[in-house]
Amino acid sequence: MAAGPMKMRATLGNGYTDVRVLMTHPMETGQRKDPDGKLIPMHFIQNLTVKVNGKTVVEAETSQAVSRNPVFTFRVKGGARGDKVEVSWVDTEGETNKTEAAVT
Amino acid sequence: MNTLRRTLVGAALALLLKPFAAAAAWSKEAFGAKSAADALKSLGVSSPAPSKDIAIEAPQIAENGAVVPIEIQSNIPGTTALTVLIAKNPFPLASRFTFMEGALPFVKLNVKMGETSDVRVIAQAGARYYTATKEIKVTIGGCGG
Repeated sequence: MAAGPMKMRATLGNGYTDVRVLMTHPMETGQRKDPDGKLIPMHFIQNLTVKVNGKTVVEAETSQAVSRNPVFTFRVKGGARGDKVEVSWVDTEGETNKTEAAVT
Repeated sequence: MNTLRRTLVGAALALLLKPFAAAAAWSKEAFGAKSAADALKSLGVSSPAPSKDIAIEAPQIAENGAVVPIEIQSNIPGTTALTVLIAKNPFPLASRFTFMEGALPFVKLNVKMGETSDVRVIAQAGARYYTATKEIKVTIGGCGG
């Protein structure tokens, strides 16, 4: 399955900014079987990068243990309305996707 | 004709090289480890000290092992990385997060759990490691078919 859409919301809290991001991805473990009993090969997001105003704030390495269509929440100190947040990922097939949002 | 062939060869090469480039920042050995101890050894984590300053918020009983929500936060000053391990999963290392430039050592994510297991979080502050554990009971596993 090709990379699907991403959704992101960055909201200002009390002294911090919450970044909530949803990715569309099968996150196959390599242990599931298709209806014909054949193993579905591993396919999952390996790297995740969160940037605020162009600066990398979180770098994540992920595995097949992350649920299908992953949702992550990250928290960054401070922040202001209009700050630009960018989240991007790379999976085991070399597929990538990214999304951008402004802090509200 | 020649240019077309070159373009095709170039594209094929790029496709071949891409997965390797992507895997550069991925701790392959640690993620491939079959036990939590081996995964930690491969990450260079030695003798983490138990700490009450790492909060793990998760359900005590997860009905569906395919989606277990976990919220982790370290209140240890200077925490720069959090590592999540699910002891009884086929590959225990689930995720690893590195925080910089004002990111708080906090993350919320959904993980898969094959069976009831300890979920272990390792926090790194400077050259020191801290750990906290929480058991989550799973009624339906989330790894196989």
